[in-house]
Amino acid sequence: MKIHIPNSAFLGNIDPFLRNFDTSNPEMLEITANKQWISIHPMVIAMIAALGLSLEFEKIKCETMEARSKHYLKRMGLFDFLKIDSGIEIIEHESAGRFIPLQQITNSEKLTEFITDVVPLLHLEPKHAEPIRYILSELMRNVFEHAESKIGVIMCAQYYKKSNTIRIGIVDRGVGIQKTISALHKAKTDLEAIKLALTPGITGTTKRIGGTDYNAGAGLFFIKSIATVNKDFFVIYSGKGMYKLLKASSEKGIRLHSDPFKDKYSSGENFPYWQGTTVGIDINLDSTEEFSLLLNHIRQTYSKAVKEQRKVYYKAKFI
Amino acid sequence: MKIIKLLSKTGTFAENKDVAREIRIENITPILEKNEEITLDFEGVDSATQSFIHALISELIRSFGNEIVENIYFKNCNKNVQNIINIVVEYMQAAT
Repeated sequence: MKIHIPNSAFLGNIDPFLRNFDTSNPEMLEITANKQWISIHPMVIAMIAALGLSLEFEKIKCETMEARSKHYLKRMGLFDFLKIDSGIEIIEHESAGRFIPLQQITNSEKLTEFITDVVPLLHLEPKHAEPIRYILSELMRNVFEHAESKIGVIMCAQYYKKSNTIRIGIVDRGVGIQKTISALHKAKTDLEAIKLALTPGITGTTKRIGGTDYNAGAGLFFIKSIATVNKDFFVIYSGKGMYKLLKASSEKGIRLHSDPFKDKYSSGENFPYWQGTTVGIDINLDSTEEFSLLLNHIRQTYSKAVKEQRKVYYKAKFI
Repeated sequence: MKIIKLLSKTGTFAENKDVAREIRIENITPILEKNEEITLDFEGVDSATQSFIHALISELIRSFGNEIVENIYFKNCNKNVQNIINIVVEYMQAAT
C-alpha cells in the first residue's frame, strides 16, 4: 500500500486523496508526504494510523517529513501509532481545548471512559458538546457492534479556531458496511450498502421494521441529520464506495430526507478499496443548532420514514 | 410504584446500550410482567442517545404491545431526553 499525505485534504477536497491511495501489496505500507506544507483532516490521520496498526512496524516505510507543519502529525500521535521514530522534536503543549490526539478504543467500557474523560477537554459549551459526544458515541459504538475490527476504532479530532469548526475522523479496519448490510438486505455495491445504512430503520441485524431490542438502524441517520441541520460536511467511505453530504446553502430551509440520495451530496463507487469504514464529520460551532430543535426535525422525519416503510409490500414475481 | 434511578447506572450521558439492555432486563421487565407501573427517573442525566433509549424501551413496546407505554413514567427528563424518548416511542409504535 502507498499513501501520500498531500498539501491539503479536508472533507471538501478529500476525493483526490482517497483516489491516490494505492492498495496494491497490502503487506507493506509506504508513506510519503508533501514537502512544503501539510494541512489535513483528522480523518486522514486516523486512516493512516489505522493502516499502520494493521501491520508490523518493519513493514511500514515512512519518508522523512520535510513539511514545516510536520510537527502537527507528531503532536497528533501519528508516529507513535506507526511505531516510527520520526526524528521530530516537539515541546508538547496542553491539548485541552484544541484537539484530541489519536485514540485507539477497543471496547464499550473504554468508549464510555473516553467520552466521560476526554470530550470535556475540548472545553465546549453544552450546546456544542452535546452533538459532538452524541456523534462520537453513536459512531464508535457502531464499530463495536457491526465492524469486527481487530484494531477497534481509531479516532482523532481538531478544533480550528479560524473557522470555529471541530473536525472529527473515526476509522476502523473491520468487515465494511456492505458485508454487514448484505447479511439481510440487497446491496450489490458498497455505495448501495452505504445508502441503506444511512436510511432510517434499516440495520444489518434484522429485516424487522423497528430493529432488534439492541439496534434500530437509526444511528447513521441521526449523524447525517446533525450534519444536515448544521450545514456541515459528512463523509462515509467503506469498501469502494464513498458518500459525501455536501454543505447546504445557508439561505435554504432545513429539510431532512430519509433517502440520503435526496440530500445535497456527491458519491463514488470506484474508489480504492478500504477494508472497513472511515467517517469524517465537521461541526461548525457558529451554526450549531440547539440540540433540542435538531431532535424535533429528526422526530418528524423518522416516524414518517418508518410508516412509509410499512407500506412497502412484497410483489408477486411472475416468470 | 417502583422507581428506577438511572444516573448511578448511566452517568450524566446515557449512551452505553449494554447498560440500557441490562437495566431493561433486570429492572424493568420483571415489574411490567407483574402488570405494575414503573418510573424511570432521569434526574442528573443531561443527555441520552437514541441507541440507549432504544435498548432501554423498544423491546418493551414490541413484546408487551403499544399499551405498555401507559405503564411507564419518565421522570425528570430534560427537553433533549424527552425528545429522544418521544422519537423511540413513536417509531416503535409506527413499526408494530
